[in-house]
Amino acid sequence: MSLTASVLEGNRLALARLLTQVENNTPEGREALSELFPYTGKAHLIGVTGAPGTGKSSLVNQLARFFRQQEEDTQSTDLTRRVGIVAVDPSSPFTGGAILGDRVRMRDLVGDSGVFIRSMASRGSLGGLAHTTGGIVQALDAAGFEVILIETVGAGQAEVDIARLAHTTLVVEAPGLGDDIQAIKAGILEIADILVINKADRPGVESTERALRSMLQLAYPVSHIFLNHEKLHHGLNPEFTNQSGETIITDKMIWNPPIVKTIATEGNGVRDLASLISQHYEFLQKTGEWERRELARLQSELNSLLQETLVDRWKSSIAPEEYELVLQSLFRHDISPWQAVEVLLSGMKK
Amino acid sequence: MSERRIRVLIAKPGLDGHDRGAKVVARALRDAGMEVIYTGLRQTPEMIAESALQEDVDVIGLSILSGAHMALVPRVFDLLKQNKQEDVKVFVGGIIPDEDVSKLLEMGVVGVYGPGTLTDDIVKDIEQKVRSRSKTN
Repeated sequence: MSLTASVLEGNRLALARLLTQVENNTPEGREALSELFPYTGKAHLIGVTGAPGTGKSSLVNQLARFFRQQEEDTQSTDLTRRVGIVAVDPSSPFTGGAILGDRVRMRDLVGDSGVFIRSMASRGSLGGLAHTTGGIVQALDAAGFEVILIETVGAGQAEVDIARLAHTTLVVEAPGLGDDIQAIKAGILEIADILVINKADRPGVESTERALRSMLQLAYPVSHIFLNHEKLHHGLNPEFTNQSGETIITDKMIWNPPIVKTIATEGNGVRDLASLISQHYEFLQKTGEWERRELARLQSELNSLLQETLVDRWKSSIAPEEYELVLQSLFRHDISPWQAVEVLLSGMKK
Repeated sequence: MSERRIRVLIAKPGLDGHDRGAKVVARALRDAGMEVIYTGLRQTPEMIAESALQEDVDVIGLSILSGAHMALVPRVFDLLKQNKQEDVKVFVGGIIPDEDVSKLLEMGVVGVYGPGTLTDDIVKDIEQKVRSRSKTN
């Protein structure tokens, strides 16, 4: 049986091996992802980001437990969902090695066959995820995990790739990490669909909440479609159409990121957080934002694959000596970097 | 571009709470360019086998100082076999009496590293064992 067929049947070892192929970006991995692509697009992708030590892993642990326990909870109409977790930790810029320690906080989830946790190293990628995190998520989606929690590396201000990948982005803060000026800067706080103040039993929680609240009040409500930093392709109507070709009537409703306080180690506030996540899911579905985000995500994936492939193709078309010659004349300041690019690219057309 | 890095699971089965050695080894393997999944204290063999499966590791390092190695290590091997992961290399570190070292090696442990082992030796050993693994695949 092929690897993809075993994955679709729910074989966990096959899934684990597939994830390795995808992570290593092997030809087999790419082929398998193409085979699995028709089965993707069902999962709710939830991103969890924030500074190191704010409690992202502990929160992911609690959320996954909550999603798994809804089965026994008669109050809830939701059926229990299978949960995939992708946890990214940084690679050393010097040796490429990594310590992946997120599982330490996720020990409650062991033994539950409805949960699959995969750790990955960022491998030189700077946006808070690894280059192949998107592929890993697609594989889990195809394997039938209905909720996928994606934990980024401990993020500072600009690691915002997660907003491109996830449908719902949680930004986790903890008391004592900066004043109201930090809160109005662009970047990571801006991408939050839900702001979580974890460690809410720590002193300073009131001022953190005040700073975040005033940040939200100052903000002009913006739609959270991730801006591709390129001009939209000609002819692509910014009024998006759905798969059957009808224009999606976009509600003027705007999602204002709510703030929720949690103590992840004790599970406090997790129920509120989970209910905000399902409210956000409904919001995305009702307003057509879900489809807009899917389109934006696929577009950015397409663009980065195009870039990667074009660069690879160009590299194989040019002799290393030629590249070296151009680099040397650049180093001697005979030509500028832009001129070097022109020389190298015109060499390709020959 | 494709990239293959050695993935190692470092785990502490059993009830002793001393993980300094495990952390030192984890750090040394990291510095040798490996990706080390660190799972923390008081893991059961079941937890270790499940993590090894989900993470598709090449190597498992078990740190045991409690004296329970003759109970814990065979159990880990049984579970790896159940999961069809017999090809994963297992090494043991910690306090292991000399007479048990040979027994562990017979069970299939690839290396037993007691106090005073140079981390460089552990790194070289693992690299070599993993290379021989990928040849057989």
